Amino acid sequence: MMGNQHLLAIKDLEVRFRTEDGEVTPVRGVTLSVGAGETVALVGESGSGKSVTSLATMGLLPRPAGRVSGGQILFHRRSGEITDLVTLPLPELRKLRGSEIAMIFQEPMTSLNPVMTVGEQIAESVRLHMGLGHGAALRRAEEMLGLVEIPNARHRIHEYPHQMSGGMRQRVMIALAMSCNPSLLIADEPTTALDVTIQAQILALIGRLQRDLGMGVLFITHNLGVVAEIADRVTVMYAGQVVETGSVREIFRAPRHPYTSALLNCLPARARHREDGRRVVQSIPGSVEFGKEGCSFAPRCTLAADICRTGAVTLDDETERSVRCLRWREILA
Amino acid sequence: MWLKLGQRLVSLTIVMFLVATMVFFLTRLAPGDPAALMLGDQATAEDIAQLRQVYGLDKPILIQFVLWLKEVASGNLGHSIFLQRPVIQAIAERAEPTFFLALFSVAIAALVGIPAGIVSAVWRGRLVDQIVSGLAMLAANIPSFWLGLIFIQLFAVRLGWFPVAGYGEPGAPFVERLTHLALPATVLGIVNSALIVRFTRASLLDVLSDDYVRTARSKGLSEARVVLRHAFGNALVPIVTVVALTAALLVGGAIVTETVFGLPGIGNLVVSAVLRRDYPVIQGALMVVAAVYVLINLLTDIIYTFADPRVRY
Ligand SMILES: Nc1ncnc2c1ncn2[C@@H]1O[C@H](COP(=O)(O)OP(=O)(O)O)[C@@H](O)[C@H]1O
Ligand SMILES: [Mg+2]
Repeated sequence: MMGNQHLLAIKDLEVRFRTEDGEVTPVRGVTLSVGAGETVALVGESGSGKSVTSLATMGLLPRPAGRVSGGQILFHRRSGEITDLVTLPLPELRKLRGSEIAMIFQEPMTSLNPVMTVGEQIAESVRLHMGLGHGAALRRAEEMLGLVEIPNARHRIHEYPHQMSGGMRQRVMIALAMSCNPSLLIADEPTTALDVTIQAQILALIGRLQRDLGMGVLFITHNLGVVAEIADRVTVMYAGQVVETGSVREIFRAPRHPYTSALLNCLPARARHREDGRRVVQSIPGSVEFGKEGCSFAPRCTLAADICRTGAVTLDDETERSVRCLRWREILA
Repeated sequence: MWLKLGQRLVSLTIVMFLVATMVFFLTRLAPGDPAALMLGDQATAEDIAQLRQVYGLDKPILIQFVLWLKEVASGNLGHSIFLQRPVIQAIAERAEPTFFLALFSVAIAALVGIPAGIVSAVWRGRLVDQIVSGLAMLAANIPSFWLGLIFIQLFAVRLGWFPVAGYGEPGAPFVERLTHLALPATVLGIVNSALIVRFTRASLLDVLSDDYVRTARSKGLSEARVVLRHAFGNALVPIVTVVALTAALLVGGAIVTETVFGLPGIGNLVVSAVLRRDYPVIQGALMVVAAVYVLINLLTDIIYTFADPRVRY
């Protein structure tokens, strides 16, 4: 049902990297969607392919090593057109980047250009996409810094990144991303590198801007605790695949995939409420090899049966709720 | 920043003192006596002794050193033994070809080397990169005098586009003198662009994988702007360094190349002064060259503060 009302609809995305020891496929069958004005959390442990998925969406996979080798990334443009970003020529994609789709990265300390003032960095984007002159673009930059609650914006637009703290830099990144009113914001672990109090502030800020400006947000995190605060829906990834999708309520109350249950069990507030502390996963995190056959989570799943190791596992898609597990009905019963 | 600059000045003064010490004693290491050389075979021991006295060569060497150092510190490089004029004047007369030769060579080296390095980095591993890197390797291994001779043979003798040697008539118009510099400057520029190519390529490759470059791309900027504004802006410090290094090397390189092209520059002055043991001229010229090195260094430090705001604060 990924139809016209979706702002972003990724279908069966597959990404490959050429490396020294041959080709790897860190993303193999990712299907997810973000509606206009909706916040979708993309959750999964480190290395599950979340960043690669987001970079593929922006067309920013490191070249020439990385490439999209399958699937579609459909984006609903302001013009009303639905475009596949995978096949869109680069010059066309550039017009969307920073204007209709914006991205915030995980590393606030290194994501801003150290030799340009923060004002210039925002103004550069504004000049390009909104066609404003130099002065007007700088005023827009100042306005954006105000919007992300940076005090004394008039002076701080003339500062360089190294004169700011990590939290301030992430606010600048947010201001930069928002500066041309994107309809989709991709935030790749925007708070992971920050300390806890700052994390909460940045989350609140993104939440407020999302409501005020009405954009769709793909919020990437490995922390389910963050998800409850910010998201409408959740997509869980494991080893390059989507294993479960559902609303926040459904996922938190009745997870269907053993991996989702395991993630939820790791949340401190939840662990206490588990009646029997039934362990569904042997160790998290850890490294596993996954073959072509069977469920990629099977080697770590305590509920795995023989069929899980050999059978073909597909994403069982019930429109808004889907799960990639052969035995979920059995397990839940 | 001013404090830093002050510290630099102090350390540069110390460097200049050490240079002066070395210049003075190394100059006197070679056997031979300027007075004897000047007066020729017929000179009597008395004549020679008299001349030595005039130039203070009869005093103990340490006294000579201190006296010379005092003069140098007050900006006086002394009198030439042979040329019958102050060393400063002799150097000034010969400075023009050397100065312009070095300047044009640096300019050519940078104008060739930096764009080639950028192209090479952006298309890393592709054919252009292989061609550029190959040419750079070749240029780095060609002796400048050899390339100079080839160029003279081809462009001056065979094709007649440029003068074979010399620096024109003393009163010739400036532009005409410059045509004499075209060949040697091109030779030096090409040979010295190799290092700049490699440095530019390496430093650009280094920053092209930085996170802010990805951010710049995520803003929808053109690849040209991403490379030239965001990546190049951050690679500037090492590139400035290598250009400055090249400039310093070229002061020396110019002196060698001058000889090949028969240019009446500082190099020629020093060579003839060495043959005649004209100590004041050798010392003076070497001090001036060292001072130019030091100035290039200082200038580089100042450019750094413009290239990188983190140095400024
Ligand atoms: N440039 C690259 N070259 C090769 N493999 C990569 C590259 N970037 C990421 N990968 C692989 O893709 C997998 C997923 O990475 P990533 O998407 O960054 O995970 P995360 O979910 O933590 O964001 C990792 O296992 C990593 O090995
Ligand atoms: Mg990541």
